[in-house]
Amino acid sequence: MSTTTNPPTGLDGDDLARLAEHWGERPSLRAWFGTTDHKRIGRRYLVTAGFFFVLAGLSALVMRTQLARPESGVVSPQEYNQLFTMHGTAMIFLFATPMLFGFGNFLVPLMIGARDMAFPRLNAFGYWVFLFAGLFMWASVPFGAAPNNGWFAYAPLNQLQHNPGLHMDIYALGLLFLGISTTSASINFIVTALKLRAPGMSLNRVPLFVWAIVATSFMVIFALPALNADNALLFLDRRFDTHFFDPAGGGNVLLWQHLFWIFGHPDVYIIVMPGLGIVSAVLPAFTRRGVVGYPLIVLAIVAISIVSFGVWVHHMFATGLPQLSYSFFSAASTIITIPSGLQIFAWLATMLLGRLVLRVPLLFVIGFIVTFVLGGFTGAMFALTAFDQQTTDSYFVVAHFHYVLIGGAVFPMLAGVYYWLPKITGRMYHEGLGRWAFWLVFAGMHVTFFPMHLTGLFGMPRRIYTYRSEPGWDGWNLVSTVGSYLLALGLLLVLVGIVHTLRRGRPAPPDPWEADSLEWTAASPPEPYNFPVIPQVHSLHPTWDERTAESIGPGATPDRILSEGRRTVFTSELDARYERAVEMPESSLKPLVLAGALLVFFVTMLFAWYPVAVAAVLVVAGSIAAWLWPPRRPDEELGVVA
Amino acid sequence: MRTTRRAVRWRPRPLASAVFGLCLLTGCAGDSPSALNPGGTGATRIAGLWWLLFWISMAVFVEVMALLVWALVFRRGDVRVRHGQPLRFVTIAGAAIPFVILVAVYGAGLRDLAALGAAPDRDAPTVEVTGHTWWWEVRYPGASGATANEIHIPVGERVRVRLRTDDVLHSFWVPQLMPKTDLIAGETRETWLQAERAGSYRGQCAEYCGTQHAHMAFLVVAQPRAEFDAWLARLNAPARQPQTDAERRGEQAFVQGTCAACHSIRGTGAQGTVGPDLSNVGSRWSIGAGAVPNDAGHLGGWIANSQTVKPGNAMPPQPVEAARLPDLIAYLRSLE
Amino acid sequence: MTDRGGVVAAATGAEALSTELPVGRPTSWWGMVMFVATEATLFACLLGSYFYLRFQFGPQWPPGGLEKPKLVIPLLMTLVLVPSSIPVVWAEHGIRRGQRWRLRAGLAATLVMGLTFMGLLVKEYSDDLKMHTMTTDVYGSLFYVITGFHGLHVSVGLMMIGWLLAASLRGGSFGSHRHERVRNAAIYWHFVDTVWVAILFTIYLSPRL
Ligand code: HEA
Ligand code: HEA
Ligand code: HEC
Ligand code: CUA
Ligand SMILES: [Cu+2]
Repeated sequence: MSTTTNPPTGLDGDDLARLAEHWGERPSLRAWFGTTDHKRIGRRYLVTAGFFFVLAGLSALVMRTQLARPESGVVSPQEYNQLFTMHGTAMIFLFATPMLFGFGNFLVPLMIGARDMAFPRLNAFGYWVFLFAGLFMWASVPFGAAPNNGWFAYAPLNQLQHNPGLHMDIYALGLLFLGISTTSASINFIVTALKLRAPGMSLNRVPLFVWAIVATSFMVIFALPALNADNALLFLDRRFDTHFFDPAGGGNVLLWQHLFWIFGHPDVYIIVMPGLGIVSAVLPAFTRRGVVGYPLIVLAIVAISIVSFGVWVHHMFATGLPQLSYSFFSAASTIITIPSGLQIFAWLATMLLGRLVLRVPLLFVIGFIVTFVLGGFTGAMFALTAFDQQTTDSYFVVAHFHYVLIGGAVFPMLAGVYYWLPKITGRMYHEGLGRWAFWLVFAGMHVTFFPMHLTGLFGMPRRIYTYRSEPGWDGWNLVSTVGSYLLALGLLLVLVGIVHTLRRGRPAPPDPWEADSLEWTAASPPEPYNFPVIPQVHSLHPTWDERTAESIGPGATPDRILSEGRRTVFTSELDARYERAVEMPESSLKPLVLAGALLVFFVTMLFAWYPVAVAAVLVVAGSIAAWLWPPRRPDEELGVVA
Repeated sequence: MRTTRRAVRWRPRPLASAVFGLCLLTGCAGDSPSALNPGGTGATRIAGLWWLLFWISMAVFVEVMALLVWALVFRRGDVRVRHGQPLRFVTIAGAAIPFVILVAVYGAGLRDLAALGAAPDRDAPTVEVTGHTWWWEVRYPGASGATANEIHIPVGERVRVRLRTDDVLHSFWVPQLMPKTDLIAGETRETWLQAERAGSYRGQCAEYCGTQHAHMAFLVVAQPRAEFDAWLARLNAPARQPQTDAERRGEQAFVQGTCAACHSIRGTGAQGTVGPDLSNVGSRWSIGAGAVPNDAGHLGGWIANSQTVKPGNAMPPQPVEAARLPDLIAYLRSLE
Repeated sequence: MTDRGGVVAAATGAEALSTELPVGRPTSWWGMVMFVATEATLFACLLGSYFYLRFQFGPQWPPGGLEKPKLVIPLLMTLVLVPSSIPVVWAEHGIRRGQRWRLRAGLAATLVMGLTFMGLLVKEYSDDLKMHTMTTDVYGSLFYVITGFHGLHVSVGLMMIGWLLAASLRGGSFGSHRHERVRNAAIYWHFVDTVWVAILFTIYLSPRL
């Protein structure tokens, strides 16, 4: 500890050199594979999730091409069924959540004034598992063995007797594998936000994006086990002849649906919540004021994450459960729209009372409001059981969820991409290209998905690989297909814009937007240690606040500089009082080894090479034991009595 | 066959459908299987509910858009603003007003749910529908015969539909008549149909059920009571006897060939239960649960190799001699 | 660090909730608590599935004329497993005062009790397998999967305890200032114990109600 009785203040060159030495990574293969820097890991999440997005999006384009005309033969039914299953599964599990977790990874430590995540190695581990699980699932596509049962994989079609081959084994194992990553990332976010906030960032000063990520993580903690249980039982049914979902053996097929949707409904909020968080993070910069109603929004976030566990049966309104339970779940689903409405009006009020600066991120936020509100309305309609029974499993549902998913998650993500590109890459994006991309994506989105409301009402079921000509179907399907190409073109322009930024963008200052949150006080791109001085936070808008600025300038104290060693600060959970400085772990290859061993385990389970799987389990146990093995310390330091 | 059979259109009509889509708002849905063009009690209720929801949504949407446009037009600039926390506006517009709307709408929805749930009388006519991958077996308690992919009901009466599945989940959906009810493996579900006007209504399986989920359609034919009774009587009687030589040869080929292992035809030796009962196949609206129209050409194609017509379906290609095919076709076409 | 308040106070008092001065729970404590929370939810899902399947199945449970599960061995297992948390608490309490011998002795005691539990589980299985297996019907599936999954957790817990014991026997690992790992493993072990009580109720007692 460098604390002296009368600490000198301010930062000097020595501190910076020491920080760079402790946190910096010399470029090498080992450093590349072993890095624990949350910014690099966050970037990897973004890139990998983006890659899976392109794959899933291209699958959708093939589907749309097939559906453009009645009775076309672009793909076979078997291929189509794999395509829509992989499209849905990958969009939900391999794109939406990991992409938002990528933002979270990059931003949470920066927004709360920390130097890394609470568990940097776990973070690296989570990324590798995500990557491997994603590849595990996509690798099945070229072999024609991809999951083919829809993203919610209802029983008993997921049973071996109805669905032979590896398709659904890949689904079950892939999602179990991926769940390890999602769970560990969530734990990491929660603990990071609880313990690593900069001193002074009490709960009422936590940025809304961080609130959203934490709420999301809590939902993951309590929702994902249901999916894991479901998939584990499925795998046992398929491989080891148990009877959980087999009516002939006394099992029950609806158990699958209950468990799936106990996870599945919270999951849609797991996807949208960080998206809404991005909106709250972006708005202040472009409305030139803080978001209206901070406590209301926090309340809404908390309310959504709790109520979302009580609505799952609205996905089962046609299964013929008792009417009484339907009226309960219908009421809960109706009520859950209110916190969303509250947030929408808080943002509208922010815009009405602020001064709008119409840059690309704000355009996407506006696109978000228009689209998400429309999708929310159809959601509120489904909440009425009677209406849902008519529209469920039709294209009307497909319209609803693309409106909320693209409106509620993809638009905010794109807003976030443009908003934080300067921070992530250190360069500014091209405004003109960005505007073109926005208008194409926005128009493409609505041209693609608006007609699906109509085809759904006109009686077109979802998940059909082709259809007979019917009045109202043919024309609107063609329109949808044209729209999807437009949308793809827009997204291509986003990609072009990103490449352009990396190659040609003007260097970005630390704070190009004069925004309010802490990440903008760090360099662009941030130094490996994020902040030379960990700020002392004095308000909800620390960057707009002079005392906070003072705390990282002339007011810097050694207990927040911590240039000796790789250190950051623990603060108390609620009011963020300074507790102590802690040493952060160095980069390590163990996370990669562990993830690799798990990959071996899941692959060998898939192919039923059980002895190898057992060996892999041993390696897993061994590497965890080695990873956590305590270093040997002298007894005095440990505090041991003889 | 004397029902108001819906003209089955197999040719694409892009222009017509685009024009049709444009008149969505007037609800002039013509002859389509549209939920907004109801022909029965259940769907009529839901269409009403839809229009209520639609107009409420429009109103709220206009409100949101007005605020957004206001901000975009009048609130531009680049000045830091520090005042204003209009919590009351946010709570009223974002929570209180929606709450009132939602409570009202929930009430309306509950009323309709109860209406849909009202079971038909105990002595109402009953249809037993069994889902198979990927076709519908249709039986009437009391009638010895069965048909497939086509349900006849008396118009104006509430008909109980008892739903079971032989394998995976399916869902029973006739958009113009009644919302969906899933067929749950290992359980029995019930719903009802009540057509207000005579006619044919397209229905389709609405729960993903595997490879040919796309081709699992059926037709509900609502006809006056007398016609329905006559139709039902035929379902109880033996199938039409072959009249011509070709038909007789066809019958022989059918009963002695592989076909009888899977199909039945009443009054013949064919008693298979794997595939649809074919006793009245000649009069049905389609072959393969909506896969192709029911005419001689498609029938021949189906028998020769149904896998090219409906890939993945459960009927394997049949080893029928080329010479026997026309007879088989003639025989099956004659079974009305 | 002085602590005279007994076991309960030791586990819940302000001192207990801190490892190093000044106060505050460390990140690993939170990490373990979150992990246990998600695992507990997993068990809740499995036990929920048990009741769901049971009540959907019909009045006769267990099905197929199977006898209701016998209670002798499960009660013995309870008698071994639930008290096995005490030595862990005692050990943890000891190392917080820097008494390494208590850590070692306590862990060893727990290890023995846990292994006894596993032995009893094997005995239980070998009796049951004569009557029905995982593939007999849904009851068998539930019975073996739930108890087996719990057994797996006990094994993981035992590995943690064994690992701690190995580290403490090496020396240079734990002391009054460094015992986060002991506490975290203890939390996990208590969790495994608690779940067993829920399983005892669900699998063994509830069919008799
Ligand atoms: C990001 C994801 C996301 C989000 C945010 C939502 C939001 C909502 N969803 Fe949606 N939903 C999905 C993703 C999402 N959904 C997916 C993926 C499926 C299908 C899964 C599948 O089958 O494959 C689905 C399906 C689905 C169903 C089942 C449909 C079916 O299969 O039959 C239902 C039923 O109740 C439903 C309801 C709702 C409701 C009430 C909301 C609400 O939260 C919406 C709240 C928002 C608003 C209402 C708008 C803003 C509010 C105002 C402007 C205030 C004024 C409003 C009123 C007065 C109404 N959703
Ligand atoms: C976040 C979630 C998400 C997203 C973003 C999307 C995006 C899209 N989805 Fe969907 N979708 C789902 C989640 C999502 N989807 C889910 C959960 C289902 C249900 C699955 C099931 O039933 O099981 C579904 C189902 C679904 C269906 C119904 C299939 C059926 O029921 O038969 C359709 C049909 O049109 C469709 C289309 C599209 C299209 C055209 C896009 C487009 O927005 C995609 C655009 C993206 C790209 C095109 C890739 C990016 C492109 C570039 C970066 C440029 C490079 C491109 C070129 C070179 C051209 N999706
Ligand atoms: C192995 C079983 C099997 C055999 C053998 C078989 N079929 Fe089929 N058949 C089916 C099944 C199953 C269907 C339903 C397929 C579907 O629609 O998905 C079917 C459907 C049909 C249909 C369409 C019925 C309808 O209403 O859509 C006709 C016609 C038909 N079969 C004729 C024949 C003839 C003629 C033969 C013998 C030359 C034959 N089948 C042999 C199983 C069989
Ligand atoms: Cu049967 Cu879909
Ligand atoms: Cu939902």
